[in-house]
Amino acid sequence: MLVARRAARIDCGVTLTVLFFASYADALGRGELELTLPPGSTVRALLALVRAMPGAELLPPAPLVAVNQAYAPLTHPLATGDEVALIPPVAGG
Amino acid sequence: MTRPPTRLRAEIVERPIDAAAVIASVADVRAGATSLFLGTVRDTNDGRAVTGIEYSCYRAMAEREMMAVCEDVGARFAPVAVAIEHRIGALALGDVSVAIAVSHERRAGAADGARHAIEELKRRVPIWKREHYADGTREWVDPTKQGSGRWEVGSDTARDVPRPTSQLPLPAP
Repeated sequence: MLVARRAARIDCGVTLTVLFFASYADALGRGELELTLPPGSTVRALLALVRAMPGAELLPPAPLVAVNQAYAPLTHPLATGDEVALIPPVAGG
Repeated sequence: MTRPPTRLRAEIVERPIDAAAVIASVADVRAGATSLFLGTVRDTNDGRAVTGIEYSCYRAMAEREMMAVCEDVGARFAPVAVAIEHRIGALALGDVSVAIAVSHERRAGAADGARHAIEELKRRVPIWKREHYADGTREWVDPTKQGSGRWEVGSDTARDVPRPTSQLPLPAP
């Protein structure tokens, strides 16, 4: 019963890729991560998971986030297949 | 007679930037003025001796945001053409990191358009630089933390945060 419920939860979870760049990639020791979140999860929920990672204490409390290459707010809902990126302070030019 | 649309070009490159080629890409007989902005690698930053800069980017989004900057210049200044090239990789002192060319019927539109483009690029395009210093250390540049110039404490922090490409509100900084 429990197993069945867990399987159903995974079935309708949100599986996506998270990208880290520059100082954030250095802090977390990786440039990419695949995550599965509960259905209905937002950017805010994803950030909570990222904050639990070793090295995440070096990140600011509310880093900028892009979903599918566009800046997105904390309330942005996530969908399976999304490409989420944490964007360190930009320094082009 | 309807005005032809502005020609826009935005590109991340991994080779030296040819400024003459960028100017040529906005050349048009309708233009009476062309402005070129070049960003180059400087030998000092915040009082530290810099030996080179390593640029990296989130390529798909950077090119998309650079194109959005071109479109913004097009909407605000009605230029004939806008081209932006940004180089990534390891750059030496004096190397050109970014070139922006704007051609316009009139000089004010060309100059103001190029100025606006570089300010917007610095604010919103996901490109990062790691400076290498004479003492052998290296650091990611964080313009929100630098202690000099327009980023100093007490400056208008609202402009330090990129606006989203959509009209959605951003998380609080």
